Amino acid sequence: MTTDPLLVATGLHKSYGHTPALDGADLTIRSGEVVAVMGPSGSGKSTLLHCLAGIVRPDSGEVRYRGEELSAMSDGERSALRRSDFGFVFQFGQLVPELTCLENVAIPLRLNGTRRRAAEAEAVKWLERLEVADVAGQRPGEVSGGQGQRVAVARALVSGPRVIFADEPTGALDSLNGERVMRLLTEAAHDTGAAVVLVTHEPRVAAYSDREIVVRDGKSRDMERVS
Amino acid sequence: MSIGHTLLGLLESGPRHGYDLKRAFDERFGHDRPLAYGQVYSTMARLLKNGLVEVEGIEPGGGPERKRYAITDAGVTDVEGWLAQPEKPEPYLQTTLYTKVVLALLTGRSAAELLDTQRAEHLRLMRELTRRKTAGDLADQLICDHALFHLEADLRWLELTAARLDQLAAEVTA
Repeated sequence: MTTDPLLVATGLHKSYGHTPALDGADLTIRSGEVVAVMGPSGSGKSTLLHCLAGIVRPDSGEVRYRGEELSAMSDGERSALRRSDFGFVFQFGQLVPELTCLENVAIPLRLNGTRRRAAEAEAVKWLERLEVADVAGQRPGEVSGGQGQRVAVARALVSGPRVIFADEPTGALDSLNGERVMRLLTEAAHDTGAAVVLVTHEPRVAAYSDREIVVRDGKSRDMERVS
Repeated sequence: MSIGHTLLGLLESGPRHGYDLKRAFDERFGHDRPLAYGQVYSTMARLLKNGLVEVEGIEPGGGPERKRYAITDAGVTDVEGWLAQPEKPEPYLQTTLYTKVVLALLTGRSAAELLDTQRAEHLRLMRELTRRKTAGDLADQLICDHALFHLEADLRWLELTAARLDQLAAEVTA
């Protein structure tokens, strides 16, 4: 693991109407590390993830990715960055139901201009890596929850992102399938050097991380610095 | 649970007789296992010998039950150290953790900090077990899973208690 700061969030504030979601959150993510973001429901952890990924613009404070401030980028630049450098895994509904699993995994490469054959060849590699090559030709509705989530992880990794944002990636899975997803996700991230920002409320999922940030009432606490 | 530290913590709010200490202990922490008088007096004798308490006065009539104990500066430091030191994560820690949280609230120390310190210690062990499980065979996986489920239960209790600290503080200090 290197120690380069990849993503640095400083003093993030964000409110939805009169409801504050973030109230001065700070966070530093280094290349290759897996960081768990934990906290009670409604504490602001998903908002923090969305700000880090440039999906939501904070009211104040800044997020720097490799030294560059996300808020200073245009919407188009941020979208391009999300396609080239970031991967996403969510709890539900992230695969396109009309496409096969193979086509789903190939989407990020196709959006970046890779030709179909090359994109699908790369997608097959990642489906194999995530132990779901056997469902390549099936649609998301025809596979189990655990398989679907591993297809989603393959899609998040296929374009070689530097950061993977995972929001409750095992929230809809049983223990055994959840652990398989976490093992494969963290192994693949470690091998490719990608950082993982993992939002979870499950301690056993957080135990796959290298360190933990707790968010309470919109404020973050780095648990490495406790005691 | 460390009876000595708990009695010391209870003495921080002011000097007490051995009998008062036993009553305060039973009321707060001895719901299913009240403290025996003999244990109170043997513990106080040890704390006295170690300079953590002193006898502030003896009422006429003599006997150990007539002594009024006060905590010393060394005793306060000892309680402070015990509260700040996370417990070694193992199943069924709740009694000790609950006692520490209540004593922290009673003595004006940060119970939230205590819970966070313990949480970090638990997650450290959970990471270690997860690494061992990931690299191990099925037997390793099953053994580690058993420990992980117990530690997770502790951690959930720590989270729940942190969320209820204001309520607990109001009850404890009422």
